[in-house]
Amino acid sequence: MIRPDLAVIAGWIKPGAKVLDLGCGDGLLLSHLQQAKQISGYGIEIDPQSVVASIRNGVNVLQMNLETGLSGFDDRSFDTVILSQTLQATKHTETILRDMLRVGREGIVTFPNFGYWRNRLQVMLGRMPKSDAMPYEWFNTPNVHLCTLEDFEALCGLIGARVAERLVIGPQGGSVSLYPNLTGSLAIYRIQPRG
Amino acid sequence: MNAPRSVGDVTPSTARFDQPLRLASGVTLQQFDLVYETYGQLNADRSNAILMCHALSGTHHVAGTYAGDPRSTGWWDNMVGPGKPVDTDRFFVVGVNNLGGCNGSTGPSSIDPATGHPYGSKFPFVTVEDWVHAQARLADHLQISRFAAVMGGSLGAMQALQWSLTYPDRLGHAVVIAAAPSLSAQNIGFNEVARQAITTDPAFHGGDYYTQGVIPERGLRLARMLGHITYLSDDAMMEKFGRDLLADQPRFSLDVEFEIESYLRHQGDKFTTRFDANTYLIMTKALDYFDPASQAGGNLSAALAEARARFLVLSFTTDWRFSPARSREIVKALLDNSLAVSYAEIESTQGHDAFLMENEDYFAVVRAYLGRVADEVGA
Repeated sequence: MIRPDLAVIAGWIKPGAKVLDLGCGDGLLLSHLQQAKQISGYGIEIDPQSVVASIRNGVNVLQMNLETGLSGFDDRSFDTVILSQTLQATKHTETILRDMLRVGREGIVTFPNFGYWRNRLQVMLGRMPKSDAMPYEWFNTPNVHLCTLEDFEALCGLIGARVAERLVIGPQGGSVSLYPNLTGSLAIYRIQPRG
Repeated sequence: MNAPRSVGDVTPSTARFDQPLRLASGVTLQQFDLVYETYGQLNADRSNAILMCHALSGTHHVAGTYAGDPRSTGWWDNMVGPGKPVDTDRFFVVGVNNLGGCNGSTGPSSIDPATGHPYGSKFPFVTVEDWVHAQARLADHLQISRFAAVMGGSLGAMQALQWSLTYPDRLGHAVVIAAAPSLSAQNIGFNEVARQAITTDPAFHGGDYYTQGVIPERGLRLARMLGHITYLSDDAMMEKFGRDLLADQPRFSLDVEFEIESYLRHQGDKFTTRFDANTYLIMTKALDYFDPASQAGGNLSAALAEARARFLVLSFTTDWRFSPARSREIVKALLDNSLAVSYAEIESTQGHDAFLMENEDYFAVVRAYLGRVADEVGA
């Protein structure tokens, strides 16, 4: 079964598009897009075991470090660049987002919403939040740049990105529209360079 | 999956080609032999063949052993065999000794039918593209119209890349390991020192030493010693040999004192007993000439526009001879053409030599990739 954010992403991708998936993990998103949308896609992944898993799943994967930049990729060389559940684990987050919108005509970014009420409640009760989307302890988490919807949108403004579409998903997997920064556990954004 | 095994005892075959082969240099070989080995079974629709291309000093003897000689293991035996990353339970694997070689294929030490003497200095220079044309003749001979994959490391990888340009429809995949799209000036420099070592050896006789009953042993030995330094990383050398002395104390002599000296001399000596100096010259020149981009005004992306294959490109972190940056040039050019490519940069301390060594990540990638290829061709 494909993760709910992956289904949304698939809905936003044009058939036959050229797609770059940053931090593609085991490659299941790209594999799904290949079958459902006939995309030509490449994943970028640093972890050797994930590289092998991606290859096994029939996906083009390039073992590279996102943090050292997408300097090898030409401007506008992809239709869509995806950053799925990876944003919060990136160190040079701003640079990566800027690079996404340089290399791609648009970007799709998904991340766990730190503003989700259960997370806020846990902090209020005195502990760092843990959830299905963020299953780590504070001392071993790879997530160094967690943010809320509002934080992310502020960053988009800063880097000159326009939010073309936003879908916020609640804990049941359905979309939420009422106080999404409070009720949504997962955010999915389609962003484009402004102008 | 079965536990990895050896392909066991193998026997080489020789194919003779009587159709003239016009080489890049303009010279035509009227006839030539290629010696080759095969492992595994060709399937009914002849779609499961993998061509293994050898590097500078490699041969057709990729895997297995020769009967009665348990030490005669093929050069890529850890990679090729039943249950190994190149699984001969699924693939039909072809190893071939290239033109200009010294292991049975026509080369400078072969008899020139026109004169009845060894070719020697008369043997033409050959290029990677010439090899690919010759290998295609062998494919015809074996009635393989299309390889599931063409695979190689170093100079072998250059042949895999060249296949995708010269015969784009005759391979499904190219597996390009520890390669470069062309040699750097530094690479050519190293090759030139190696060649000078050979050609300035008094026993070289302008390349016609066969009839003199000598071989330019000293030169070939030096060439190989130099080569070995470039195959290893500084770290791997330190790890393996350090500054260890054979004796307890420095002896203040020019005899072998450090472990690394002993290793290089041993490698050099061993090489002169199995390799031909003229072949070494020809192979290094083929390396130097390799530059597919030059046929498209220096633009590798434009050169690769003809390619149709899907690619697996691998590099090793400590390879400074053909560094990961050189492999990424290939990847970039493939991306520019929207060609299917996967790329892995394997963590290794072994330098360029890593492509011949067993390494968990490396083998897992090749196994996963070729597993998909095997599924594709129904092997």
